[in-house]
Amino acid sequence: MTGSVVVVGGGTAGMEAAGQLAKAGLSVTLIEKEKYLGGHLREWHHLFPDRRPGDEVLSYLKNQIIHNNIRLLTGEGVEGFQKRGNDFIINTRSGDVVKADAVLLTTGFDLFRSERKEEYGYGIYDNVITSSDLEEMFHSGEIMMKNGEKPEKIGIVHCVGSRDEKVGNLYCSKLCCVTAVKQAIELKEALNKCKVFCFYMDMRMGGALYEELYREAQEKYGITFIRGKVSEVGVNFSKRLVIKAEDTLAGRPLKMELDLLVLMAGMEMSAEGLKLAEAGKLEIGENRFFAASDNHFGSNKSNLKGLFYAGTCTAPMNITETISHARSAVSDIINYMNSDRK
Amino acid sequence: MEKFGFTLTKARVIDYDRNDHSIVDFIMEREPSFKACIECGCCSATCTTGNFTGFSLREINVLLKRGENDQVRKKIKKCMLCGKCSLVCPRGVNTRNVVFVAKQAFQKFDNYAV
Amino acid sequence: MQFDPFVIPFDLGLYFILIYAVTRSIIWFRELSRPDKLRLQRGFFGKAFGQSLKEIFLESLIHRKILKSNLRLGYMHMSLAFGWFLLILFGTIEADIFGEKHLNAPYKAIFFKFFNPDHGKTPFEAGYSFLMDLILAFILSGLVLAIIKRFSSKAVGMKKTTKLKTLDKIALTSLWLIFPSRLIAESLTSGAYGTGSFLTGTLGSWLASFLPASQMAYPFWWLYSLSLGTFFVLLPLTRYLHIPTELFLIFMRNSGIRTGDKAGSFSEVEVHSCSSCGLCIDTCQMNFSAGINNMQAAYLTKAIRNNTETFDIAQNCLMCGRCDQICPVGIELSPIRMIQRRTGDSEISYTNTWKGYFREKQHLPVKKQNIRNSFDFLPESNPGKADILYFAGCMTHLTPSIKIAMTSILNASGLSWSFIDEKGGACCGRPLMLAGQDKEARELINYNSQIIWKSGAHTLVTSCPICYKVFKESYYLDVEVLHHSQFIKNIIDDGSVKMNFLHKRVTYHTPCELGRSSGVYDEPREVLRHVANLETTDFDNENSLCCGGSLGNLMLSQENKRKIASCTAAELTRKNPDFLITACPLCKKTLAPVTKYKVIDLSEIVAESIVTPAVLKKNTYRFKKTVRESVGVEKS
Ligand code: SF4
Ligand code: SF4
Ligand code: SF4
Ligand code: SF4
Ligand code: SF4
Repeated sequence: MTGSVVVVGGGTAGMEAAGQLAKAGLSVTLIEKEKYLGGHLREWHHLFPDRRPGDEVLSYLKNQIIHNNIRLLTGEGVEGFQKRGNDFIINTRSGDVVKADAVLLTTGFDLFRSERKEEYGYGIYDNVITSSDLEEMFHSGEIMMKNGEKPEKIGIVHCVGSRDEKVGNLYCSKLCCVTAVKQAIELKEALNKCKVFCFYMDMRMGGALYEELYREAQEKYGITFIRGKVSEVGVNFSKRLVIKAEDTLAGRPLKMELDLLVLMAGMEMSAEGLKLAEAGKLEIGENRFFAASDNHFGSNKSNLKGLFYAGTCTAPMNITETISHARSAVSDIINYMNSDRK
Repeated sequence: MEKFGFTLTKARVIDYDRNDHSIVDFIMEREPSFKACIECGCCSATCTTGNFTGFSLREINVLLKRGENDQVRKKIKKCMLCGKCSLVCPRGVNTRNVVFVAKQAFQKFDNYAV
Repeated sequence: MQFDPFVIPFDLGLYFILIYAVTRSIIWFRELSRPDKLRLQRGFFGKAFGQSLKEIFLESLIHRKILKSNLRLGYMHMSLAFGWFLLILFGTIEADIFGEKHLNAPYKAIFFKFFNPDHGKTPFEAGYSFLMDLILAFILSGLVLAIIKRFSSKAVGMKKTTKLKTLDKIALTSLWLIFPSRLIAESLTSGAYGTGSFLTGTLGSWLASFLPASQMAYPFWWLYSLSLGTFFVLLPLTRYLHIPTELFLIFMRNSGIRTGDKAGSFSEVEVHSCSSCGLCIDTCQMNFSAGINNMQAAYLTKAIRNNTETFDIAQNCLMCGRCDQICPVGIELSPIRMIQRRTGDSEISYTNTWKGYFREKQHLPVKKQNIRNSFDFLPESNPGKADILYFAGCMTHLTPSIKIAMTSILNASGLSWSFIDEKGGACCGRPLMLAGQDKEARELINYNSQIIWKSGAHTLVTSCPICYKVFKESYYLDVEVLHHSQFIKNIIDDGSVKMNFLHKRVTYHTPCELGRSSGVYDEPREVLRHVANLETTDFDNENSLCCGGSLGNLMLSQENKRKIASCTAAELTRKNPDFLITACPLCKKTLAPVTKYKVIDLSEIVAESIVTPAVLKKNTYRFKKTVRESVGVEKS
């Protein structure tokens, strides 16, 4: 099989898809704006639900793209693209022009910038961090407060920047509940004296083995789950964090001092993806992610023939789903090359 | 000590079918965003009144929806209409107007001045 | 004696309207409160009289304010009002000089041509006719604009025109007929006699060339008189009542009468003075950002005049005050809206009587009131002694960066200060007031007053303009109330703190409650000029926009708030500033989510640029002496 495909974005979806396309005989150009491939996966120390190291998946993906048919352009952005007849012409930021028969966008997501929830004090108080900051701490093996001490009481806030009309994101980011549970467990393992409290609105444990992990967090690790959205964070005289929530099940307001607060930042359509959507007149959905041409059987197809999507640029997804989605994109692309394009 | 057996107490069940839903219908018509509340408690957590008394806007919301108006009637005038709650509500419920319209509803349907 | 039956409709109309105007003025005067009566009497015989005449000339005739905000609309109003005035004035003079005798009945001036058809032969007479024609042409040009406006409101630059009721339509038709019928009547008469100037003369001779001019003129004189008569008789039932009422309003206002917080003669006169010009609709963000156009001031005054339901109209408004600012009649629209919001509590209302020619004051039965206190749960609170009290306000607790910035500024000032609501406090009471619930608000005011009183402070600083307004206006406090922008300006001026200049370009959003509502425009700007490059926007100071998050509107949905906020943010960031600065936590909270620019409070940029940290020299900031101090009472 012959033909050329440009894959924009070298994260999980992009790498998997590039590898599969190359194996099918297509020549692939993989463009990644960062120096390194791997995208957000590189930030993960351990993955849920089985807590295997993120690096294992990363090295699988790296193996995938070792192929003669793949040309790598890292540290390179996409400025825009045009479709002339059936051909795509992609302009890169450094001025290169790449021609392709099909395009696959795997531009992924941006983490919600938690400063935007000012009342949670991210960027204002030292010991308010995000889930991604915490993964980094896990990486370095040093989980501590700004002053170097080990935190003894840790709070986790669910749904930061997701399911929140105030920041304009009405959707659920789907992964943060299980991330919270995973991180709570890991915190408990790392600092076994500490107490961990999760503040949630709903526990969305829909994935395989998630509910089991939730149960384990309660039974084995003694994590406390409190149903109530945190309304605001402050500090007291001794500079300890104080959070306010309502314990909705007890029906009373609840105040709690904490050493460390972890915000489960949600996923948002990436700025890069939005730019491409604007440049290429691609449809976006109400949640600002790319709108697939059909929710059930066209989740990889766009409103432009020959341009496909895979991964979290269409909706929040976990790694498993992202890899499957990338593979289904590959099969759509192959079909397109074989029949539709001709 | 709880007294039971000696005084007549109302059953604890919410008698949904016999409860009066005219108040909640009135509110939902005049402030449709009320329907979107998911009882997350963010409003009552930030509420000054809620931190001093047994007043909880979240509880008021759910009681209204179940038709348990008597309990709401007693509490609702404690709201200062300050609007903090509407700044934090993740569902975009126009909470101040819920309180305002609820007061109106009580005035209208059972001539109860609030 | 020159007389013709066709003048009867005009005469009847004229006498009717004169008698009516006197009667109604007497009623309005009678219903004024005693102090207001005195004010009006004093004003009438004092210097306010001259002022009023000047204002009547400038506003009721020339329509200067409308001209300023919308040239074409202003011209339309001016040509009709000022033109008509000139026509009557010069008509009277004409009748006086050229008529058969001096001091004529009014109809002589109006129908001069009919009674003196061959007037205009001598050069002097011809000159005068030229003047009269010129005035008529002036009016007719405005009339053409008015007719175009009715059918397409774009023509005079307005986006939205007000809707009419049936009587208004009849009155409007008679008004429209007045001048064309005069034109044709005069022209035909002139045509028959070979007189008239460039307008009536030319049109007349042309018409006479193919029509029996002298026979045809008569019916048009009838039409002219009838239209005038009809217009006068219907006037009190229509919005055109604003023409005479505005004169009364100007006298009352110049005598120092204000709307206050209860319905009364003055608010009655105000709502009847609205000319339905529609400027308030154009300027309202509810209209141009959220597409809601049934609640603007013009609709409110109309609903009050017609006694239709005002509840929703009164509630559905941001209370931003943009319409107060632009109303060419100078109606105090926000206070009137507040009166309407309070109707539940007030005992006075008005209904139309005599088929609408008069209105009667009614005393409503007072609704069953709940006498229990609402807020007796608030705990005793003691802030400790301090010179300066800082009241962050409810909203500021949701913007911790403002709290932190203010803490560091207050510390840097070296003054003794105390944070009253550090752990959260009672609301200032303004939101309840805005909802029309003054009694409840009073409870909160008393509660907060006690805390402030106990501290013995002489200055109260607040970060929230909503709190600032109510502290300043509705609390009986013996302290100087400052918004933090004013406080910061004071400590910069007296050298307590020094600022670094940050090379940043910023634009400033004037919060409604701070700007139009409290008149604080300059202090925030001056502070900003100390620390950054302040850029101008198209919506500065009095013309500032509302962020949309206003507590003034209970009904507005989040979606519409967002629409208004997005428009505002877009306007204010046209110059790509580094920061969009505001001075209100609620504005910050409302604007931040809808723009990619960073929105910060004034205090944050100040805290960022303060050079000298805390301690240093003794503070020299001189405060207003408190009443207690000046009468020699020890601070206890
Ligand atoms: S997955 Fe959980 S934490 Fe994340 S947005 Fe959904 S409900 Fe909130
Ligand atoms: S914050 Fe909003 S959604 Fe949550 S309980 Fe209150 S009203 Fe309901
Ligand atoms: S408006 Fe009422 S319910 Fe909402 S925070 Fe203020 S006092 Fe509480
Ligand atoms: S309220 Fe003022 S601005 Fe509005 S229509 Fe009336 S006169 Fe014009
Ligand atoms: S106060 Fe503001 S929102 Fe209200 S009618 Fe006037 S311009 Fe519109």
